[in-house]
Amino acid sequence: MGVITTTILIPIIGMLLILFVPERFGKVTKWLTVLFTGAAFLSSLSILNQFSKETFRFQMLEVANWIPNWGIQYKVGIDGISIWLVLLTTLLTLLAAIFSFYIEHRTKVYFAMILLLEAAMLGVFVSLDLILFYTFFEATLIPMAIMIYVWGGKNRNYAAIKFFIYTFSASIFMLLGMITLAKMHEKIAGHMSFDITAIQALVASGEFWQNTGTMQTLLFWAFTIALLVKCPMFPFHTWLPDAHTEAPTAGSVILAGVLLKMGTYGLLRFVLPIFPEATMANVPIIMWLAIIGIIYGAAVAAVQPDVKKLVAYSSVAHMGFVVFGIFSLNQAGMMGGVYQQLNHGISTGALFLLIGLIYERTHTRLFADYGGLKSQMPIFSALFLIVMLSSVGLPGMNGFIGEFLALYGGFMSAADGLYGMKIIMPLLAGTGVILAAAYLLHMFRQMFYGPLNPKLARLKDLKPWEVGLVGVFVVFIFWGGIYPNTFLKPMEKSVNATRMMVTNGPGARPVWSDDSHDIDNSGNLIEVNARNADGEPDTSQGIKIVKSADYYTDTNVPPRNAQEAR
Amino acid sequence: MNTYIPAIDWALAMPLIVMLVTGLAGLLIEMFRPKQNNNLIVGVSLAGLAYSFILLVNQLGKPVATTFSGMILSDQFGTLAQLIIIGATFLTFLFSESYLRQKRIAFGEFYPMALWSAAGGMMMVATENLLMMFIGLEVLSIALYCLAGMSRGERRSEESALKYFLLGAFASAFFLYGIAFVYGSSGRIDLEGIHQGYGNAQDYFVIFAFALILVGLGFKAALAPFHQWTPDVYQGAPTNVTGFMSVVSKMAAFGALIRILGYSYDIQEIWFPALSGLAILTMTVGNIAALVQRDAKRALGYSSVAHAGYLLVGVLAHLQLPGKIGLSTVVYYFVAYAAMTIGAFAMISVTAKGGKEGTRTQDLNGMWRKAPFAAGILFLCLVSLVGVPPTAGFFGKWAIFNDALAAGLPVLAVALAINSCISAFYYWQIAKAAFVDDDPALQTDFAPVGGGLKLTGVLCSLLIFGLVFALTPMMEVGKESSANPRLMKRDNPNPLRSPIAADAPGR
Repeated sequence: MGVITTTILIPIIGMLLILFVPERFGKVTKWLTVLFTGAAFLSSLSILNQFSKETFRFQMLEVANWIPNWGIQYKVGIDGISIWLVLLTTLLTLLAAIFSFYIEHRTKVYFAMILLLEAAMLGVFVSLDLILFYTFFEATLIPMAIMIYVWGGKNRNYAAIKFFIYTFSASIFMLLGMITLAKMHEKIAGHMSFDITAIQALVASGEFWQNTGTMQTLLFWAFTIALLVKCPMFPFHTWLPDAHTEAPTAGSVILAGVLLKMGTYGLLRFVLPIFPEATMANVPIIMWLAIIGIIYGAAVAAVQPDVKKLVAYSSVAHMGFVVFGIFSLNQAGMMGGVYQQLNHGISTGALFLLIGLIYERTHTRLFADYGGLKSQMPIFSALFLIVMLSSVGLPGMNGFIGEFLALYGGFMSAADGLYGMKIIMPLLAGTGVILAAAYLLHMFRQMFYGPLNPKLARLKDLKPWEVGLVGVFVVFIFWGGIYPNTFLKPMEKSVNATRMMVTNGPGARPVWSDDSHDIDNSGNLIEVNARNADGEPDTSQGIKIVKSADYYTDTNVPPRNAQEAR
Repeated sequence: MNTYIPAIDWALAMPLIVMLVTGLAGLLIEMFRPKQNNNLIVGVSLAGLAYSFILLVNQLGKPVATTFSGMILSDQFGTLAQLIIIGATFLTFLFSESYLRQKRIAFGEFYPMALWSAAGGMMMVATENLLMMFIGLEVLSIALYCLAGMSRGERRSEESALKYFLLGAFASAFFLYGIAFVYGSSGRIDLEGIHQGYGNAQDYFVIFAFALILVGLGFKAALAPFHQWTPDVYQGAPTNVTGFMSVVSKMAAFGALIRILGYSYDIQEIWFPALSGLAILTMTVGNIAALVQRDAKRALGYSSVAHAGYLLVGVLAHLQLPGKIGLSTVVYYFVAYAAMTIGAFAMISVTAKGGKEGTRTQDLNGMWRKAPFAAGILFLCLVSLVGVPPTAGFFGKWAIFNDALAAGLPVLAVALAINSCISAFYYWQIAKAAFVDDDPALQTDFAPVGGGLKLTGVLCSLLIFGLVFALTPMMEVGKESSANPRLMKRDNPNPLRSPIAADAPGR
């Protein structure tokens, strides 16, 4: 059993164990949860340790037959796009579990749900089989809906059922699309397969979509809508503010930090590689939706009287940047989109955590009940300021890098007039950054400046363990802003390969399952004839450049020779 | 005229005989038992069911055979369907005793009646003779009429029995009338008669017969628009009877329907679109009506109507391409359906305490605190009924999607998908009442969760999760099953263009 399966199994074992702990031993349940989420985090660190950034292909593959008659496999693996999401999942779950120690109502079910949720989210990010992905994707619904409903706020029933129905309804059509894909695979290869590497290999050669008419567009939308609902993207975002507002703090942290990323991750992993022509044709539509999401989310956030709702709407805007970056189909833009996923997880997760900390003290989230906290809780306001500025995208903090790269990519594609993009698109998206500063600073002013609300006069500042909890986020905020290469380098080749799977023509696309394909350090897609013992391309045997890079160098300069680059 | 006594292969009829004899034994014990103590009857019944089950498992994979002059048929599909009927009866019996005692209707007759009813269902699925099917239908139904009215003195239960009886008698008459037309057109009362009758008589003669039979079986299978009795009967009957009925009578009716459809290929062009419409109508009506129900049993009754629609999609996909798509999906879905439906009804049965029973959805309020085990299992069953992975309900739906798309019926697949979304609403209402709500104003007493109920819950949840991993062997077993074994050789979607060899191996 490989390290990835172990990481998924640890929370599941923990959950089963917790179900056997009697309800009255709440403390035992809590510590067991911390133990198992901690173990899962360590296990994910060992994944990172084994991870190599020299290849775009899936690593640490584990394959087992599940339902061979229908071509369903248990197939997991990790690449540069998913590695950070796995780590984000285990880290955020650990922090959310620690934060949840205040829960006294039905502790057993609560912590069992956190562990189940963690296992399902991990599964989503490592699945390489469509049905396995779908299983994990849907398995997150029940624990999240229960968390919102049992431990949520006043309007929790409405919020929970809305969350459930929205995501369930959208994804069931994705399931139909998946089965159709497997059937199409059967027509060509003679057997059904849900293995995305197998399907992608046929897509890359152009065989898959030959003479299928509008089928590709149809399936593209079946997948994209389901994933955009999860993101969530305008106009499918309406479940998010309700879910966020009503969810308990740990639920909000996980929802914002990880669950939303399942949508954008799905776009990167399935939609782009499998529907290249449809993706390129529909870039303008998705772009406009992303831009509307960015501006609309910001505008609505600005007028919210409730701090949690404000952050929820800001999520809509931030996820708009992620989708904007990904669909710019430019190397820098896509890197920015992928990176912005992590940033959003860190900064919005931290914001929800801070709101949770203050909510535990005051039991209100309305701006009207706050004011002047700066003098009352100096440490809290300092931490809040840092996290808030990271969300705004202040240079030196992680948010800036992601948004800048995404916008840059959008500009480059629009300037070249690629994929039907207009220069107005990145311009409009750019206003989102300004709007974000406006509403977030507005929020900060209302909560922390002005005269102290007399009701808050007895508030105590954060305890050391609470500072430590938020401190973890702060470390990543600065790390990601000052030295983003730690995070960007490992994902570079996978992102580049995903981009080329879309933009290159049939025959010149990278293939996940083809061992001879590789991406060299200047970003060229090469075909190697031999590899040395370490799996590195053996240049002495000769290399063929399938498609040269178009992003490091000026397009007018002929691409550098592959040998020279090494 | 010579009298001809056929050679009889008793082994083939043995599972059925065991069931009937166990019922008789139960009735005898009932006469001499100590007052109000049914333990011995339950024990003997469970033993009989287990023995019959084992006998049937041994028949799996054997070649097709008939006995009693073709009255009893043993083939893969029939054996699997009988296994499902026996398994469902077993699960029901496990929790029945404590429920009946709480409801103060601990009549020993329940067990023999249910055994005979199940035996009737087994007759229906293990024959290709229409008259035998009719006898099975009557044995199944008459016992069920009594069982539905078992809670004497309770007006709902009486209403349910009377309604079921009157409408059921009509449906049986339709079925019999249809058989008469088949006989009139071909001179045969077995399924081959439908094919031959089409050759001999006017087309509409056979079509008329087919329509009448469809009405009769559609009633039992609760297909819309013949489903009107379902909610009332499901609500009024004692909960364990409801659970029993929802699986056994549906399996039996579907078994018979599948066989009849398998022999009606001559007129497939006529009934295929009609049944497709019926499938969409059934699931939509079932789900939409369930949305507004305030009674958990009634809502689950409508849900079983909806599931009949889902199953019909699987059946239609098989009949569209019988050579490629086996009945394994239908069989699998039935096992999953049995586990989750009986599990749900069993867990709802804890609301019966001290002669009272509240089955409104709000009566489940506070269940998670007072009967956490039952609430947990009920939640699982509902999750599986919605079709959320990784439960058996999801893979059942998945398999139906798969078959429907393979058979080129995307409209049915999309209708099923939309209906799954609708169904989430009312399952959610039940799950929320049982698993989350705790309104102090609405407090119900729950019966203690006894060993039998616990065992039912464990078995159902094992099936709900275990089936996911047992899919491959189940599909292998089910692959051989078909509505009509000769159809297996047919790959052409249009039967009219590929005449079936007249000299196919006889039975």
